[in-house]
Formats: sequence, structure tokens, C-alpha cells
Amino acid sequence: MRETVFDFLEGYDLLGAFWVTVQLTLYSAVGSLIWGTLLAAMRASPVPLMRGFGAGYVNVVRNIPLTVIIVFTSLGLFQTLGVSLGADDFGTINFRLAVLGLIAYTSAFVCEALRSGINTVPVGQSEAARAIGLSFPQVLSLIVLPQAFRSVVGPLANVLIALTKNTTVAAAIGVAEAATLMREMIENEAQLILISALFAFGFICLTLPTGLFLGWVSKKVAVRR
Amino acid sequence: MKPMSGVAVTKGNTAPGTDDALVVLKNVNKHFGALHVLQDIDLTIRRGEVVVVIGPSGSGKSTLCRAINRLEAIDSGEIAIDGRPLPAEGRELAALRADVGMVFQSFNLFAHKTVLQNVTLGQIKVRKKDKKEAEDRARALLERVGVTTQADKYPAQLSGGQQRVAIARALAMEPKVMLFDEPTSALDPEMINEVLEVMQQLARDGMTMVVVTHEMGFARSAANRVVFMSDGRIVEETTPDEFFTNPRSDRAKDFLSKILHH
Repeated sequence: MRETVFDFLEGYDLLGAFWVTVQLTLYSAVGSLIWGTLLAAMRASPVPLMRGFGAGYVNVVRNIPLTVIIVFTSLGLFQTLGVSLGADDFGTINFRLAVLGLIAYTSAFVCEALRSGINTVPVGQSEAARAIGLSFPQVLSLIVLPQAFRSVVGPLANVLIALTKNTTVAAAIGVAEAATLMREMIENEAQLILISALFAFGFICLTLPTGLFLGWVSKKVAVRR
Repeated sequence: MKPMSGVAVTKGNTAPGTDDALVVLKNVNKHFGALHVLQDIDLTIRRGEVVVVIGPSGSGKSTLCRAINRLEAIDSGEIAIDGRPLPAEGRELAALRADVGMVFQSFNLFAHKTVLQNVTLGQIKVRKKDKKEAEDRARALLERVGVTTQADKYPAQLSGGQQRVAIARALAMEPKVMLFDEPTSALDPEMINEVLEVMQQLARDGMTMVVVTHEMGFARSAANRVVFMSDGRIVEETTPDEFFTNPRSDRAKDFLSKILHH
């Protein structure tokens, strides 16, 4: 019985596809955390030019559909401008382009989550930091951001979960992740509901523990005032 | 740089080094919107002098205190510390602030760092001391202010003693002058004396201090000079004895009658 129900799985590299999804998520998460933090720093900075750039970036990027961004990385960056990000074969090029697009997009949301965290840090904290002679980058990196991060673990978990699911958009430029495999299986097999359920379950397996773990972290690192 | 003699109008001042101006404010003006919070402020604070700034709420005394290390930017006039004019934002300003200790009404201890880390942070990151040296100094300072046993606690875990930790944090930078912005106003009554005692001791040790406070007892016993502010102006500037027994202005008489007789 069991064999006959899951027969259609034969010949498909399900784990391999989800592994690509995990890789897309991890690289994009790290990248967007770094770039998003820099953007938040710009938006909090006393230099008007940096504030303007940060605000402009966030407001433009978060309002463009992710699909448009991902497709642009392939059609615009690679095929028109010849940006291949140091890779030779199409698979690697597309993977890297997808990561770039996901970082560009997700960092706008990371920035805004962090900025709301910065707003929870009382102004007296940065005044006291400035008063002992810390420079602006030191005030931000030693006092304000560490407290801001602790207060936005929850919102950042949301961003990470959204990012995990958004990696499916990389299918638009042919990255061999879970959604690409799902499309292929739907075309070739008859068990449509089962296939959909399987992939849905796969994503829940990735995101549910993330949410639970970060929820625990959020309570653990909260700053007491 | 030559200190500006004749700027201060102090009489009968007993402060040491009479010509040794450390903090000089000249013709300082500041507005908050339509409110003119600092009006033509001239004030000179000499090395080793303890100046207490008093006055009713909204008189500009806190703003004056915060202007000295540029936590509030001023609209016009000059402020110089140890002969150097206050720089605009940037590394130079940060370097100058390291020499000016500040104690806030609401303590502002770094919430994500332990008491010890609060006191070592500036030493390590600004003074570039190594960790061991900074911790030794921090422990000595915490002992001096009487909170040795709390070193590994976080600020939110302290019941009392926050302000003394904040004083230790400021002292750790070896400042030339200490600014106190209503240091006892947010304290439980039984904590006030502990903080005032630490401040008295500092004054006896010769620290240059600018203290904005409502503690008239402290003003009487520790101050070399009392500056009375009202509506953004320095109305009176004299010795504590003279001020409390024989205030000249009506505004000061009125203020004193309200706080001393009830």
C-alpha cells in the first residue's frame, strides 16, 4: 500500500531540492541581515545624505514585487549587463543572482524591523554613550543596535519565515529549488493534491522550528529596563 | 589660551586657582521653538570649583548643563572647555566629551551591560585601556561609591545604587569636570543621601563640578558658588551663604521662600 501511494516520488531528488531552498535561505538571511543593518545604521545616522539614501532604498525596494526583482537580476544584470557574479555555469549563476535579489529585497524589511527596534531604545542610552566619548559608530554598534536587536528578534523571525517562503520565487529564473521541482512533478505526475501537500509540509518543517526557536531566543535575550 | 577675566561676576569666591578657567560660556543663546531657554548666558567655572545651579522648573538649568557637553546644541555664543572651543559633531567632539563626565537624572545605565561593564566600557573603547586594567579601576571606583557587591548585576536588577554606578562610570573616564543634571531627583528618599555623600566627597577631593539640583543642603555645604536661573537667564551668581541669607533679586527671594518655608 505504502509503496503504491508514494511511487510517484521515484526519480525525483526531493531532499536535494529542499537543500537548495535551505541554502538560498541561509545565504540570503546572512546577506540581508548585514545589508539591512547597514541600511538601518544609515537611516539612524546624522548625515542627511546617508539618511536619504537609506530611506530611498527601502521605499523603492520594498514596493517592487519580488518576482520583478528576481527576473531583473537575470534579464537585466546577467543577460544585459553581463554580471555573472564570478560563476561559469548557468546553475551557479542563477543561484547567486537569486541570492542577490533576495538580499536586496529582504534587507529592506530587516532595516525597517531594526529601525522599530532602535526606536524602543530610550534616548538616554545613546546620550549616556555619547557623554562618555563614544563616537557615532560606537554608540550605534555598542549600545543602540545590541539593544535594538534584542527587542526585534520576533519581527526578524517573521522576516526570516517570509524569506524562506520567498525563495520559491527563484524558480522564476530556473534555480533548482523546491518550487521548481514541484512544478516539474505536477506536470509529470497525477497525484496533484499529494504533491502540493508534500511541499507545503516540507516548508512547514523548515519554518515552524525557526519560529519556535526564535520565539524562545526573543524571550531569552530581552533587555530588562 | 588666556581665561577671560571679568566675565564672571563672582564675589567673595573661595575657589582655588582664581584665574584658571576650565569651562567658559560666553553670550550663549538657545531656543526650543519659540521658547528662549538660554538667554545671553555668561558663566565661567574654574578648576576645582563646585558650582550649583538652582532655579524653578523650566528655567533652563538642565539645558545649560547639557549644553556644556553639547548634548544640546546652542544657537549662538561660545562654549570652551579647558581653552578649547566646543567642536561640532564628530571625533573631536567625542574626544572632548570623554573629558567631561555627565550624570543624568534618570541614570541611563547601559541596560544590556552589567554594572562592571558599564564602568569599563568607556575606558576600553575610548581610553583604549586593556580589559584587566579597566576592570581593576572599575572595581576601585565601585568600592569608592559603595556598590562593590553589585558588580555583576544588570542595571534592572539593582535596587538602589544606580546613580552611584553612573557616577563611577563617569569618573572612570578621569574627567576634567563633572556635570550633574538633577542627580537625586529620580531617587527614593533614602537613596538621596548616599548619592549626596559621594558628591560631597568628590567636591572635597577637588573635582570641578557643575551641579543642577534642588538639594539646598548640598548647595550650602559643598558649593563654592550658587548660580540662580530663572526664565533662561542667570539672575544671581554668588556664594551660597550670601544667596541663602541675603538674596538680592525678587525672583530669588520668591523662589527661596517657596522652597525653604514650609
